[in-house]
Amino acid sequence: MPQNDTLRFVIVGHVDHGKSTLIGRLLYDTDSLPPDKIEEIKKVSADSGKQTEFAFLLDHLEEERKQGITIDTTQIFFKSSKRHYVIIDAPGHVEFVKNMITGASQAEAAVLIIDVSEGVKEQTRRHSYMLSLLGMNNVVVVLNKMDLAGFSQEHFEAVKKEAAGWLSSINIAAELFIPISAINGDNVAKKSEKMDWYKGPTFLESLDTLRVRQSTEDKSLIFPIQDVYKVADKRINAGRVEAGIIRKGMDIKILPSGQTTKVNSVEKYLEKTEEASAGECIGITTADSVFLERGNIVCLPGKEPPVTDRISANIFWMSRQDLDKQQKLTIRCATQETICRIDSIERRIDSSTLAVIAEDADTVKNLETAEVIIKTKKPLAIKDFNVVRELGRFVLVQNDNICAGGIITHSS
Amino acid sequence: MSNSHLDKLENQSIYIIREAYSQFRNVAGLWSIGKDSTCLIWLIRKAFFGQIPFPVLHIDTTYKFEEIYQFRDKYAKEWNLNLIVAKNEEAVEAGMGPDKGKFECCNQLKTVALKQAIAKYKFKALYLGIRRDEHGIRAKERIFSPRDEDFEWDYKNQPPELWDQYKTKAAQEEHLRVHPLLGWRELDVWEYVKRENLPVVDLYFAKNGKRLRSIGCKTCCGPVDSEADSIDKIIEELKTSRVSERSGRAQDKEDAYTMQKLRSLGYM
Repeated sequence: MPQNDTLRFVIVGHVDHGKSTLIGRLLYDTDSLPPDKIEEIKKVSADSGKQTEFAFLLDHLEEERKQGITIDTTQIFFKSSKRHYVIIDAPGHVEFVKNMITGASQAEAAVLIIDVSEGVKEQTRRHSYMLSLLGMNNVVVVLNKMDLAGFSQEHFEAVKKEAAGWLSSINIAAELFIPISAINGDNVAKKSEKMDWYKGPTFLESLDTLRVRQSTEDKSLIFPIQDVYKVADKRINAGRVEAGIIRKGMDIKILPSGQTTKVNSVEKYLEKTEEASAGECIGITTADSVFLERGNIVCLPGKEPPVTDRISANIFWMSRQDLDKQQKLTIRCATQETICRIDSIERRIDSSTLAVIAEDADTVKNLETAEVIIKTKKPLAIKDFNVVRELGRFVLVQNDNICAGGIITHSS
Repeated sequence: MSNSHLDKLENQSIYIIREAYSQFRNVAGLWSIGKDSTCLIWLIRKAFFGQIPFPVLHIDTTYKFEEIYQFRDKYAKEWNLNLIVAKNEEAVEAGMGPDKGKFECCNQLKTVALKQAIAKYKFKALYLGIRRDEHGIRAKERIFSPRDEDFEWDYKNQPPELWDQYKTKAAQEEHLRVHPLLGWRELDVWEYVKRENLPVVDLYFAKNGKRLRSIGCKTCCGPVDSEADSIDKIIEELKTSRVSERSGRAQDKEDAYTMQKLRSLGYM
């Protein structure tokens, strides 16, 4: 099994549709749990007068177990016979959407779970719309609680149709819809004997079909400076290569100043190296004594990302304090940071219905999304999100708290 | 480049370490001398090209194994660490120990000692080597995790954290905990120890059919049955073991939520 093939996926969906139970059941049926963990779960379940509660494997907070909900996101490790996984469990309650986004932002693929007895609900829509905003197009849909629907194909088809219709309206092309009963293990790791009509893969088999995100090595160089260290007599400009390759002797351009110089050396502790590629944390020294600082973007002359102080973006607001157009916010994009304000809010959108709440609005409230134009104090180097994600997304910070995430639609 | 699983983990950890230092400067690395925090110290050394620009803090409960103290002093010197040893002297002198209650002992000798050190040195952030796969409560952690003035962890209202953009310190927050190893598994740590040829305390290796898998105070951590007397054998054992890592740690066991209560009060 190749060690480097680890896929991170998040499970999202409406509260009580069975996210934590599905993960717990998957781990149990694949023999992935230490016996003392199973004992602990059985004991805690019995102490609180319940049958063995698989969700307790993830819902570890006392409040979560007593109330039977997930409050915060959890990550656990899992391996199939094909590869390794990091499973990210996300809360389904409306109260904890920011925790769901935290989980989803770290995933490469997603599983949307829907209770067939309830169908598409508010958080089903909101979560999947957030996935779509986050650029996720690697989605498996599981229709849970088939036991409550008498394992009926007709019922499954009806909810599948409803879900597929919604997903296509938000540009998520889901290929797989799997009928399961997480609590009983039907079609989780083992093929169900109660749904002969279903010919597709089990949930476990479907995971192995999800694709790992491609590396950005073949793109033009983007090397944001994270910090500058003085080590012995060298001035080392540290950072992570976000796209492309950086090489000793290469001509480079520094944004936003536009100065050009050459890479004098590529530095890694205890390693002799002359180049580094996307994903590597390194340092560089430059040939001329140019002054670099945090937030500078090193790129190739002629292949610079656009530098602008006006950004069009889709944002999702995650703070109980409303967006105030008069208030100055901080924008952070890769290691770039500057003051900004929202110049205009073109459309304010209800993230669970996609209804436009207002055009040319003055505010955005918790859980809403919006199409905005941001005016930044210092210009930022940005990229189309679909080309170099690291320069195509940002967070907004209000009073030292991250209040929104955003995806750049274009520089304007 | 080699783009192995360990390379990805290492790069991610170094990125986090540099982000925290860039933001806070006045930071410290918490070193329990166990395998995880020794990996952490090594990653910090790599992040700063060999010379760590801030102190390394050891919270000494005085109940640690002799091997721990020897290892600490040896590598503090070899790696040229600015080592600070912090103790809750008052509680130690008053005879605090696990016989006075394990919960209270952990709280006094670890959490309070840490509070005292932070108050003295005014650290704004601390690096900790905790991992998500160690305990269900730690699996809920953020990479940058704020603590208030009472050291409380507000686990019901954690800040959002996306795309390697981490929390900045707000006025009402005492300090931030920074967790560069959060995404590592126990097996990853051992494979990294092997790849980087890192030293680890002897207590991890089996003698007479027993070894320590997780090291705390000698009063409160028990060995597991094992024949693994080398790093390779430990890696092999972990690939097949069905026992969880902290099964020998007393503070995880008292009741189902002891760890949650300890952690909400500021425990590591």
